[in-house]
Amino acid sequence: MTDQQKDFQELARKFAREEIIPVAAAYDRSGEYPVPIIKKAWELGLMNSHIPEDCGGMGLGIFDSCLITEELAYGCTGVQTAIEANSLGQMPVIIAGNDAQKKKYLGRMTEEPLMCAYCVTEPGAGSDVAGLKTMAVKKGDDYVVNGQKMWITNGGKANWYFLLARTDADPKCPASKAFTGFIVEADTPGVLVGRKEMNMGQRCSDTRGITFEDVRIPKENVLIGEGAGFKIAMGAFDKTRPPVAAGATGLAQRALDEATRYALERKTFGKLIAEHQAVSFLLAEMAMKVELARMGWQRSAWEVDSGRRNTYYASIAKAFAGDIANQVASDAVQVFGGNGFNSEYPVEKLMRDAKIYQIYEGTAQIQRLIISREHFSRFKK
Amino acid sequence: MSRVLVGVKRVIDYAVKVRVKPDHSGVVTDGVKHSMNPFCEIAVEEAVKLKEKKLFKEVVAVSCGPAQATETIRTALAMGCDRGIHVEVTGKDYESLGPLQVSKIFAALAKKEEASLVILGKQAIDDDCNQTGQMTAALLDWPQGTFASEVEIEGDKVKVVREIDGGLETIKINMPAVVTADLRLNTPRYATLPNIMKAKKKKIANMKPADLGVDIVSRLEVLRVDEPPTRLAGVKVETVDDLVAKLKESGTI
Repeated sequence: MTDQQKDFQELARKFAREEIIPVAAAYDRSGEYPVPIIKKAWELGLMNSHIPEDCGGMGLGIFDSCLITEELAYGCTGVQTAIEANSLGQMPVIIAGNDAQKKKYLGRMTEEPLMCAYCVTEPGAGSDVAGLKTMAVKKGDDYVVNGQKMWITNGGKANWYFLLARTDADPKCPASKAFTGFIVEADTPGVLVGRKEMNMGQRCSDTRGITFEDVRIPKENVLIGEGAGFKIAMGAFDKTRPPVAAGATGLAQRALDEATRYALERKTFGKLIAEHQAVSFLLAEMAMKVELARMGWQRSAWEVDSGRRNTYYASIAKAFAGDIANQVASDAVQVFGGNGFNSEYPVEKLMRDAKIYQIYEGTAQIQRLIISREHFSRFKK
Repeated sequence: MSRVLVGVKRVIDYAVKVRVKPDHSGVVTDGVKHSMNPFCEIAVEEAVKLKEKKLFKEVVAVSCGPAQATETIRTALAMGCDRGIHVEVTGKDYESLGPLQVSKIFAALAKKEEASLVILGKQAIDDDCNQTGQMTAALLDWPQGTFASEVEIEGDKVKVVREIDGGLETIKINMPAVVTADLRLNTPRYATLPNIMKAKKKKIANMKPADLGVDIVSRLEVLRVDEPPTRLAGVKVETVDDLVAKLKESGTI
């Protein structure tokens, strides 16, 4: 790592230890959106790192952002997801927006601590993006949108959304042409924000259903053009999956550290549990998984920063990190024994927080589909 | 009235469990996390605040030590210092570097840089000497305001509120002066990401003590370093009478 990267990592680490960790458990219990932490992170420049410099951002590469993300996730993945969802919402604009759209919607993110959201999933379609039903119909110079979105992170806090909606009603139209990407201001009439959903983990993150009832979007807010939406939505993932993998790695590292600390304190059968091979082997395997998950996100981030298509590596990184985060968190609870199951100890939260990493940003199963497809295509070359 | 010199020391991080080397010649530093001395962070914060109030034009961060000292200077730059000076001291010289030599270096630099104010941390958390600020002032024949919990510039004087055993003492001293920062002087800022990036472009000058005409030969020899004795278990007693009896028994009263 360069000295600058070490400094970034050090800043994020300090922030996580001093600002996030002390309050994470309270936010988990209350489910309250961590506004003060987000505001401080924004002030320090820990958010919105991908925004290009000409829009007031720092134009950091994916590797540098992942360094920061992993450190914040170590503190609390609920907080980190709220912050990361901004990157996901912004990515379509960063990769596909024209200058006016970038200046308008990315610029405002660096002027005030605003949130945005990526609005694609629906109650009836998550993995099957081609099955989206939200319709956008052209009426004069506007598009009128009707439909329902679900599980939108930052749904209730966003200033604007990246929205994917169907613009070609013909069921025979291929997915690659049927959808359009829009930028929607959250205060547009007809945008109805649902209730905050109470989830298993990452509870302080704001997840909601959003209903679009005759919402008018000006044509200036179309990204690229009609029919280009699917490619944009999927293209964003190549850049956002490495940070999600980094987040899962941060959680896993935290679980490993907590379990290790406990193992070096707790005694049983006359010695420290760390001196019992069953426990030390468990910790060793946890360590293996954390290190490999880290290398996974690093490779995928480096590939995309080097200008290469990283879909294969990004999927592998996300799939692996999501899976091991769950394993390592569960093992951490195991190391803590009865105490681990209890809310006074930090590991049960990690186990609850970890599960979503196998679901959002492309399920573990979808990742395997992508990896196998990429793998065969490479093999055949 | 233009320049502030701030001293920053690279020390073992406050959160690290310090271990004595097996040969008792010192503590283990290899591979151990180091960071800026917490009191030096407070000193940097104060200097940067004074510059932001437009009371000074430039803040120069100085550190004495091996190559890694530049990391500490970089942190100071990221917090808002304008440039840095790395006085290179390595190997055995660095191991024997103490407040007397450092204060000679700072005194020389304060004159060279024509500083109006030198701000240091009150002490370093590794040696707890609490001497460098005072010695620097004496060598320069400048007034000193130590253990500062409040610093205010009033024209060409500095008003310093000092934390002393009996409470707080307020003094007014002429500039140029040396001030040492105590815990409650301020809360150091985080370096922001954009400032970390900007710090890369700021200059760090490199020099040796000899360039300043300073002799850093130490007049002290460390004989031995030991860990504090392990705390013995106490004894619990049931009543006050028992306590008095036990104290009498042990000859304490």
